[in-house]
Amino acid sequence: MLKPPEEHATVYSGGDSLFPLEVSGLAFSDRGRNLVDNVSLTLDGRSRTVILGPNGAGKSLLMRLLHGLLQPTAGTILWGGRPLDAAVRARQAMVFQRPTLLRRSAEENLRFVLGHLPRTARDARITELLADAKLTDIRTMPARLLSGGEQQRLAIARARAADPDVLFLDEPSASLDPASTHAIEELIRAIHAEGTKIILVTHDLGQARRLADDVVFVSRGRIMEHQPAADFFLNQRSDAARAYIEGRLDIGTVDQS
Amino acid sequence: MSDSGSILTLALSLVLSGDAELWSIIGLSLRVSLTAVLLACLIGLPLGAVLSVARFRGRGAVAALLNAFMGLPPVVVGLAVYLVLSRSGPLGVFGLLYTPAAMIIAQTILVTPLIAALARQSLADLHGEYDELFRSLGLSATEKVSALIWDGRYSLSTAALAGFGRAIAEVGAVIIVGGNIEHVTRVMTTTIALETSKGNLALAMALGIILILLALIVNAAVMALNRTARRLAYA
Amino acid sequence: MRKLVKLVAIAALAAGLSTAAHAEDPFIIVQSTTSTQNSGLLDHILPMFKKKTGIEVRVVAVGTGQAIKNAANGDGDVLLVHAKPAEEKFIAEGGGVKRFDVMYNDFVIVGPKSDPAKVAGSKDAAAALKKIAAAKALFASRGDDSGTHKAELKLWKDAGIDVKAASGEWYRSTGSGMGATLNTAAGMGAYALTDRATWISFQNKNDLQIAVEGDPMLFNQYGVILVNPEKHKHVKVKEGQQFIDWLIGVEGQNAIRSYMIDGQQLFFPNASAEGMKKAG
Repeated sequence: MLKPPEEHATVYSGGDSLFPLEVSGLAFSDRGRNLVDNVSLTLDGRSRTVILGPNGAGKSLLMRLLHGLLQPTAGTILWGGRPLDAAVRARQAMVFQRPTLLRRSAEENLRFVLGHLPRTARDARITELLADAKLTDIRTMPARLLSGGEQQRLAIARARAADPDVLFLDEPSASLDPASTHAIEELIRAIHAEGTKIILVTHDLGQARRLADDVVFVSRGRIMEHQPAADFFLNQRSDAARAYIEGRLDIGTVDQS
Repeated sequence: MSDSGSILTLALSLVLSGDAELWSIIGLSLRVSLTAVLLACLIGLPLGAVLSVARFRGRGAVAALLNAFMGLPPVVVGLAVYLVLSRSGPLGVFGLLYTPAAMIIAQTILVTPLIAALARQSLADLHGEYDELFRSLGLSATEKVSALIWDGRYSLSTAALAGFGRAIAEVGAVIIVGGNIEHVTRVMTTTIALETSKGNLALAMALGIILILLALIVNAAVMALNRTARRLAYA
Repeated sequence: MRKLVKLVAIAALAAGLSTAAHAEDPFIIVQSTTSTQNSGLLDHILPMFKKKTGIEVRVVAVGTGQAIKNAANGDGDVLLVHAKPAEEKFIAEGGGVKRFDVMYNDFVIVGPKSDPAKVAGSKDAAAALKKIAAAKALFASRGDDSGTHKAELKLWKDAGIDVKAASGEWYRSTGSGMGATLNTAAGMGAYALTDRATWISFQNKNDLQIAVEGDPMLFNQYGVILVNPEKHKHVKVKEGQQFIDWLIGVEGQNAIRSYMIDGQQLFFPNASAEGMKKAG
């Protein structure tokens, strides 16, 4: 078991909380390329954090490292002072860019993650989750025959089923139309209102403006800045972020020294 | 020699007449091969699923071995099972040689690698798709395996039917361990071998046609299954 | 749904395996040769035995060589074959208890109607084989260590011909049973040695006909042996001996005599008087 370093000996909000999330010196490299490079970050458990940045910046990798789907090459990740283990990950859930749905009906996809509940409680929970995701009508439909928006809402409902403390979303509306995107953002707000920490990756500025409480801007595997959303959109501290907001296309070549 | 027309007529009249002897032979064939395939599925499907999920050293070697064993020669399997079940063999005390049980054992050994290898292939693709979700959900190996088998059930039934096709059509193993004993271990293929050796080519061919019909039915079943799977987007 | 699948699987498995394990009527396993089975003799006489004793006889019909090996492994209760020297060796090695003569039939040499070696009608097997070899006419051999194969090799030896040297040329060793070898011979117009019983009941004669018959050298003796229970404890001595006694007794001998195809008797019972008396 890793002991938290001295400087991280913060007062934790409670013995059981996953927060603060403290990341220091985090790196991930593959075949000699530093895809995530010396990232340090501290997040609280209340806000909706949006990780923003251009394609290929390492946003999704960073999220996978935080969720433990990838092993970092270097650095530490501490959730409420605890290293990332199975018990910590069990209190998190993730929604992928392309909804990964089981080859089963919509309700079976939910039942799959609710196996621990007694039958009546489980059925009630399924009904509730489907209603919140506006999927009541397609309860028994094969999940993979649903529209793109319905599929992603089902994936979010499934991630929500286990009442996670943290919900990761990796560009959840990347390929959806505005109406579907709106429905998904409503769902995310509702989940956040229940006290779940939201960490969302996007390259969509509009989505970031609509959802973010705080913004982590990532470029070329590094965190360029981390600010409250209101401050970030008013005044970017880094050239990379400024270029991105202004829609300049030469962002990849911005001098980051 | 009878011409092909009369062979066909004989085959049809044999099937339609409801000849008790013939039907008991077909029944035994089905019983032996279906039981063997069921056993092979119970072993081969989890084995294939585990190989598609697990990451361990030598996994590639095991997969290569399975692929090689897909084409095990039935006579060799028959001989090996004979040596083990023979009264002078290690399991001789059970007196299983020359019983349907011996034939089931031989066909199970013959078909298990085929089913496991096909299962591994199709479940490896499925697992590639589900991998991150499963790890995000923190599933145990057993949960992963059972979810993969369930979600891959349509392609796995194709694997099982391929196994059945191999089992029902083989003669080399069952004739050695079953002994082709009338009313006890005589199945369609061994009957064909016997009738051919009697020079009774028409009857042999008639049985062959019945075997081909069975294969057609099995293939139609596979196609129907796949169509259902595609319709439900479960394939 | 998944529970249902499991239930169905268990039920099917139970059904598949059940009859494999359930208690059977009394039965014995007889290791015998293709000639007794393919000729239909066993189908004719075994129901009579079953009717009298209630014992089911399960016949494994393979070549004599394999039948003896199977019996030596203990995979049978009774051995019914036709290769006296090999049978005596089997007993000498402790595999069987005692050998009894049961019946005989005879071998015939069959060949194509065109008769390239000009042997048709001959009553001298050795001379006919010499002619076949001289003409390099095709000859299909069992080549499977069966009783018929052993008898054929002895005939070639008596004729002074080394067939090994000709193998692959005019001498074709099929390595198969009698019927398969006859199918091969019919297919390529070759001569072949066969027991008369298999020949008469064989359906795919094509262009083949009997060329040589009637030589005392073509005599084919069948013997029956109880597998040695001292070597293999599970041998069903009582039922096996009952079968042997019946076979070499009056009833069995009459049963063998009564088997005919197209009015021809195929096997000639010749159990010793001792056997007949014991059983009678």
